[in-house]
Amino acid sequence: MSLPTPPLLSSGAELPLAAAPRTDPLQFVMPIAIGLVFLGAWEAAVRLADVPPYILPGPWRILQTLISDRESLFDALLVTLEVTVSAFVLAALGGGALAILFTRSRWIELSLFPYAVILQVTPIVAIAPLIIIWVKDTYLALLICAWIVAFFPVLSNTTLGLSSTDHNLLNLFELYGASRRQTLWYLRVPSALPYYLAGLRIAGGLALIGAVVAEFVAGTGGTNTGLAYLILEAGYRLQIPRMFAALLLISGTGILIFLVLSLLSHVILRKWHESAVRREN
Amino acid sequence: MSIVRLSQVGKVYSNGTVALDDVSLDVRAGEFLSLVGPSGCGKSTVLRLIAGLGELSRGRIDWPAGAADRRLGFVFQEPTLMSWATVSANVVLPLRLQGVPRADAAPRVEAALRRVGLESFARAYPRELSGGMKMRVSIARALITEPSLLLMDEPFAALDEITRFKLNNDLLGLWQEQRWTVIFVTHSVYESVYLSNRIVVMAARPGRMIADLAIDAPYPRDEAFRSSSLYNGFCREVSRALQHAMAAS
Repeated sequence: MSLPTPPLLSSGAELPLAAAPRTDPLQFVMPIAIGLVFLGAWEAAVRLADVPPYILPGPWRILQTLISDRESLFDALLVTLEVTVSAFVLAALGGGALAILFTRSRWIELSLFPYAVILQVTPIVAIAPLIIIWVKDTYLALLICAWIVAFFPVLSNTTLGLSSTDHNLLNLFELYGASRRQTLWYLRVPSALPYYLAGLRIAGGLALIGAVVAEFVAGTGGTNTGLAYLILEAGYRLQIPRMFAALLLISGTGILIFLVLSLLSHVILRKWHESAVRREN
Repeated sequence: MSIVRLSQVGKVYSNGTVALDDVSLDVRAGEFLSLVGPSGCGKSTVLRLIAGLGELSRGRIDWPAGAADRRLGFVFQEPTLMSWATVSANVVLPLRLQGVPRADAAPRVEAALRRVGLESFARAYPRELSGGMKMRVSIARALITEPSLLLMDEPFAALDEITRFKLNNDLLGLWQEQRWTVIFVTHSVYESVYLSNRIVVMAARPGRMIADLAIDAPYPRDEAFRSSSLYNGFCREVSRALQHAMAAS
């Protein structure tokens, strides 16, 4: 048995700071390999069985369509992306601000929270037609739909984060005569940050889903040119490769949003939060 | 001269638990006072009431020198550090809350960290430190306001014995340098005798004081004191009082 060493280090000694996470190359190689095998099998199956492209196009055909139709596809992508990003930003700001308001006043929380829950539990597909009828501007209608879906996870996560501040730290702040504003900005907000960021990651994906669902509902009106509308239109015309190309863009956008938000969360939390720190045993 | 005086203080929690009953205590300036007692005897409650956390149910707490300029430092059982802030940002917190300008605070942070031997860890985050080092940060934060009264709530209870002995010595060294008043809550007889010149023994259900003992041993105290018969004698005396307290509750 080794003797216990006193954990107190004398000055001058440096503890190793958390090393940058080393990434295992297999982490990337394996999913990519499986993806390639799947695509190869798909292409082979389509060619061997001679499946017509209006039933199931092969990946090669989809890629060709993606390139040949790039202008209309990317225009549609921009429309969807604009709605998604605006809804996400509004949800991030609105959800955070409302959560802070909830901690300032118990009465506001008690009065408003049930309505936030009602908005959340009512399926957006069911409300979207109403919103599209009421709001003349299609862009605004889409934005409202996407915002409703994205807003709740930010609100509920941040509310939880703001109310789970360490009680001893709250006592400490009270002891040193901190004002409510100081307690909020120096203590409650930073300790709620990991919760908030987790809420944002959920909200990013949901904003895209909200935007696409609303486009599907509104798209039949023919006033809009987002990706979902493009899928509907291509479906009517049996342009299945175009449908797949649009679908690919939607999934790609979703993955990109998730990666960007995960990176943001990691950069903010990597120094101090357990979730972002590598465990070394 | 007394720095704080508790007169017939009582505390009843909202669930009906009588945490404290008729506690009167006169803390003299410069004293190192330990509160010892079984768990549930209200020793932490006394500390919190003195710190102004929570309301008294009965009695009063007086500050003869005037409540206005009382400067308190508080060290909790856990280090209670903000995990998102660096060591120096944690230490500067009390000054920041008082609105002390950054430029005036910086040298004081440096001095406080030097006093606890952590000057090279100013930019580290709490999770990079050991338990003993976190406690030192917590002590540095309590010292930065240059408190006249330092309240410590079982600060070393969660540490291993070697670290605890080291921190005991460091704390005594700082106390002899600065001569603030310390009220130290502990459940360890040995720790209380080593550190204090006065020990108040408390009993539980309801929380009350049952003995007030002077530890008349000269400072500075060191490892030789820890093995002296004088030290052992005081430990026996406090243990007897504590056994009496356990029997009484």
